[in-house]
Amino acid sequence: MPCNLFGINIVDKPPDPSYSDKYSKSQISKLYCLSGHPTLPCNVLKFKSTTIMLDCGLDTTSVLNFLPLPLVHSSRLSKLPGWVSKDGTVNLEKELKECAGRVFVDSQPEFCLPERELLDLSTIDVILISNYHCMMALPYITEHTGFTGTVYATEPTLQIGRLLMEELVNFMERVPKAQSATCWKNKEIQRMLPGPLKDAVDVWTWKRSYSMQEVNSALSKVQLVGYSQKVELFGAVQISPLSSGYSLGSSNWIIQSHHEKVSYVSGSSLLTTHPQPMDQSSLKNSDVLILTGLTQMPTANPDGMLGEFCSNLAMTIRAGGNVLVPCYSSGVIYDLLECLYQFIESASLGTTPFYFISPVANSSLEFSQIFAEWLCHNKQTKVYLPEPPFPHAELIQTNKLKHYPSIHGDFSSEFRQPCVVFTGHPSLRFGDVVHFMELWGKSSLNTIIFTEPDFSYLDALAPYQPLAMKCVYCPIDTRLNFHQVSKLLKEVQPLHVVCPEQYTQPPLTQAHRSDLMLELQPPPMPYRRCSVLNLPFRRRYERVYILPELANSLVPSEIKPGISVATVSAVLHSKDNKHTLQSVPKPPPVPPSKKRKRVIEEPPVVLAPKPLLSGAVPLEAFLATLQKHGITEVKVEETADGHILHLQAEDTLIQLEEDGTHIVCDNNEPLRTTLRDLVLRFLQKL
Amino acid sequence: MPEIKVTPLGAGQDVGRSCILVSIGGKNIMLDCGMHMGYNDDRRFPDFSYITQNGRLTDFLDCLIISHFHLDHCGALPYMSEMVGYDGPIYMTHPTKAICPILLEDFRKITVDKKGETNFFTSQMIKDCMKKVIPLNLHQTVQVDDELEIKAYYAGHVLGAAMVHIKVGSESVVYTGDYNMTPDRHLGAAWIDKCRPDILISESTYATTIRDSKRCRERDFLKKVHESIERGGKVLIPVFALGRAQELCILLETFWERMNLKAPIYFSTGLTEKANHYYKLFITWTNQKIRKTFVQRNMFEFKHIKAFDRSYADNPGPMVVFATPGMLHAGQSLQIFKKWAGNEKNMVIMPGYCVQGTIGHKILNGQRKLEMEGRATLDVKLQVEYMSFSAHADAKGIMQLIRMAEPRNMVLVHGEAVKMEFLKGKIEQEFSIDCYMPANGETVTVTTNPSVPVDISLNLLKREMALGGPLPDPKKPRTMHGTLIMKENSLKLVSSEQALKELGLNEHQLRFTCRVQLQDPHSDPDTLHRIYTHLKSVLKGYTIQHLPDGTVMVESIVIKVSSSAEDPNTKVLLLSWSYQVKLSSFLMILSSPGISPV
Repeated sequence: MPCNLFGINIVDKPPDPSYSDKYSKSQISKLYCLSGHPTLPCNVLKFKSTTIMLDCGLDTTSVLNFLPLPLVHSSRLSKLPGWVSKDGTVNLEKELKECAGRVFVDSQPEFCLPERELLDLSTIDVILISNYHCMMALPYITEHTGFTGTVYATEPTLQIGRLLMEELVNFMERVPKAQSATCWKNKEIQRMLPGPLKDAVDVWTWKRSYSMQEVNSALSKVQLVGYSQKVELFGAVQISPLSSGYSLGSSNWIIQSHHEKVSYVSGSSLLTTHPQPMDQSSLKNSDVLILTGLTQMPTANPDGMLGEFCSNLAMTIRAGGNVLVPCYSSGVIYDLLECLYQFIESASLGTTPFYFISPVANSSLEFSQIFAEWLCHNKQTKVYLPEPPFPHAELIQTNKLKHYPSIHGDFSSEFRQPCVVFTGHPSLRFGDVVHFMELWGKSSLNTIIFTEPDFSYLDALAPYQPLAMKCVYCPIDTRLNFHQVSKLLKEVQPLHVVCPEQYTQPPLTQAHRSDLMLELQPPPMPYRRCSVLNLPFRRRYERVYILPELANSLVPSEIKPGISVATVSAVLHSKDNKHTLQSVPKPPPVPPSKKRKRVIEEPPVVLAPKPLLSGAVPLEAFLATLQKHGITEVKVEETADGHILHLQAEDTLIQLEEDGTHIVCDNNEPLRTTLRDLVLRFLQKL
Repeated sequence: MPEIKVTPLGAGQDVGRSCILVSIGGKNIMLDCGMHMGYNDDRRFPDFSYITQNGRLTDFLDCLIISHFHLDHCGALPYMSEMVGYDGPIYMTHPTKAICPILLEDFRKITVDKKGETNFFTSQMIKDCMKKVIPLNLHQTVQVDDELEIKAYYAGHVLGAAMVHIKVGSESVVYTGDYNMTPDRHLGAAWIDKCRPDILISESTYATTIRDSKRCRERDFLKKVHESIERGGKVLIPVFALGRAQELCILLETFWERMNLKAPIYFSTGLTEKANHYYKLFITWTNQKIRKTFVQRNMFEFKHIKAFDRSYADNPGPMVVFATPGMLHAGQSLQIFKKWAGNEKNMVIMPGYCVQGTIGHKILNGQRKLEMEGRATLDVKLQVEYMSFSAHADAKGIMQLIRMAEPRNMVLVHGEAVKMEFLKGKIEQEFSIDCYMPANGETVTVTTNPSVPVDISLNLLKREMALGGPLPDPKKPRTMHGTLIMKENSLKLVSSEQALKELGLNEHQLRFTCRVQLQDPHSDPDTLHRIYTHLKSVLKGYTIQHLPDGTVMVESIVIKVSSSAEDPNTKVLLLSWSYQVKLSSFLMILSSPGISPV
């Protein structure tokens, strides 16, 4: 505020911009998107000096480009013709085989990994896993990259995730393939290949499966957490998993500081299946909500699919055929078995054998029974009785369901037809399922029922064509659909939503279905593989703790009704991202010095700054106060903005204005001090 | 000054009917609600009239937390909730929630059906009471209300036993329940993080015991059982259905397997099958080894241990029988004891703590003649052995927990006064913290000194961090200044300027001007320049500017020069500064050598 008396202009200096700039840069929150697969996400959030990876999903759809790995020698597969370009210039008959008009790579299947060049993976502090399907790339991230951080997951996620990895490794290792095809990856050659191989991206980064040793090492970095457990990261950020209702131990994550909140929503479900229901209310008041893992089958109703599954199964068995259900070893299979448990008697399938074949079948069935805390209420109640929460225990006890580690060994002697076989892998490229495809594919009595939504069933079946067996597609995806998610978002009202770009437009095959996309205000921020997004935070406050001694010394004064202020002078201590304020220590007593130094040699003393003032000095009351202090000869002159008081005896001027007081007083320190104190009586100090 | 109050209604300098009241940050929490094995009258239950003389407890308690399923920790629950009246939340872990109603029903049956007591809680009351239970998961932070949060930690005492951390604002209390700091054959060790509670309320059953190594204890136990079996004796092991029973079963099962022994081992029926089933379903609460191998071999499926029938007690030949209850105060264990007490070949092994008043306690104290109902006396000729298999922390374990949690104060409960006294001295000496051991109904008050959480404006904080660096120099503390705005429940610390803005207040400028005359023959601009040079040389480290409009500014102090009209050599220095100016002795500096004032 300019003050102009005697021609002196005082203009407030602009604040020094250098530091605010320096600090604000490091405060920007960024999201690095390492996977373009909306249900197998891998994002890295940089938030308040921490680097947090959200999931590390492994895109296994790449294996569809490979030839199946048969468990026993398959003459059909070995007789497939090699591929030679039409003009005959490129000959890759060792690496590529043709089957029913499509070309497949004859090599150990490879996976499409999360992007590893976008940022230095060794800088990642923590990895948060939301469910066991979204951790399959973990060994690629934690091993051989310099990663030294911690992985957080719930106990079921860890245990079942371990089983799925173990199964994958086992599938690959028990049928080792010497050949590793690389020539087809040459850019020049790939261009000439037929689709979809031609269009496959980043094929050079595709990798073979990891080893069990790498799995064990990766999983040894996992720290277990429970729902709603609050974990502090470096004192700066608090993370907490919430039940997401999708699978055993599946979670969404809250990443927050005292003033900012990011919600990470991954595979979530509102349907009543076996897991604990989704915790929705804790997602409220998010600044940013990262939304991934919506249903891949937005038009398929899971209940309807389950019904179709049962009726097709029953039909095939009655006709004397076998049913093959390619599936993962955990997850929907528990629901399928439960559904069948109720269905078997009514459909008079009581004598039909059900087989579950997987190296981890037994473990998966056993583990499902011991996670009472993570189950829905009904199942918890059963445990209290005490009874096993899943009825497959009874199916096993009554010999209706049998499980085997593989088709070799006991299974081959005990196996009876017609039967129902649950086995992996759902891609039909490896695992025991390959054997059953070869065994049953030629008969139209048999049926394959697809329940997993991760792979296109047509692509999955391609290397088995021509095929006589019936194919039924009943994908069961219990994850949120667009209708449910928009309702959820209305409920929890995040300020901003970040999601894969696929969710911001209708599916390619159903371009007219505008209901199959997210429509939000403000519009969601879309990401794709390799995007780097700046997250829109407006951070204005930080938490600081005032130590009791200082707190007790503060003198609050009421400035408006219900609002008090106190000036604080304190020493700031910042340690481990926690800030505390404590009283200014009293200066140590100056040691008595014999030499009396001249004042002039002493450096000028820096005192605590005086507070800012507010309010106005009322003329009448001020005059009265002056009088009380013996200043009686006062000439008051009215001006445009206030008054000028001339203290005649003292030869002093006081200019009183609405927003300023100016005391002009020469060489009379005591008087100046008195006047100052009198003026201060009428003003508020901030 | 905020205070935390701790009042035991039970388990104050005693073991039994654990029930502790805690008042913290305006919240009232009851920890455990147990019964006393040593009494059959009113003293069996905690005295809830301490809380209120009339009316329901709901209005006085914010929540009730049960640490584990032993009756001395949950036995009064249906009485408290259904007969005295409490409808608020009751928290316990899943295994506790599963097992506790079964033990309560058992307790009710013995009391009402066998002893014929009336005015006791009914089966329906147990069910109604359990409906009020909210299950707790380990490490989950449960928000009881907006301010009160609780978190459970693994306690390792029995299946589902938990310690609980209670927090309101920045004040907190940890209650251990019963815990064990050494992993055993089926449970893991208790663990808590460095949560630095204001008070740690710990059990102290084995306050003075330092138990020998677990291996020795197990070897001793097996040796005694084996010797007795070898000479054709019968071994009675009184246990509670869940807890130590499973531990000893695993121990004997593996021993029988290894030694290829044939003598039968029985487990008194009733709860057994069920009990083992609970262990199988809650396998995640057992120790790591069992959890890791459960798919291949479930440790709770016993080959050698069979269900007991009453008639077997008279069978000839050696046998081992586990029978409930554990303190020989009633039921099957007492019946068998009476049958076998007269034969010196037989043996009873007491594997746990026995409360005063029970037969278990009496025989452990060497009593050889017992008065039974109806004036009959029982001569105790069989061997009486005590093997501490209770999964309680010993003195070493308690000290270890204190080291883990780093409490500011300590309260001992669930132990005997004399032993507590000893431990209290040890704790105070080793950790230099206050240790209390309140009796029932006696209140411990601890004043806390919490820091006040405040929201500081980022601008202010960053300015401070930029100036001072992130790590303050302890020798040169930098003082920061700001204004704390207190509005409703929010506390915001902002710069004074921002405070003015936020509160919609105008700044009031208070300025001072003074004239100083000095003799200087130079022209006005020269004089000003000389002043500038002089100040520059004297005031190191200050911003001194010579502005083109003919002023010199020292920080915010303005200096102007004009000549007096009469005498051009007499200069008038105009000094103007605001109230907030930091230089105090500025005038003195001006009047220093180099410039000669008038």
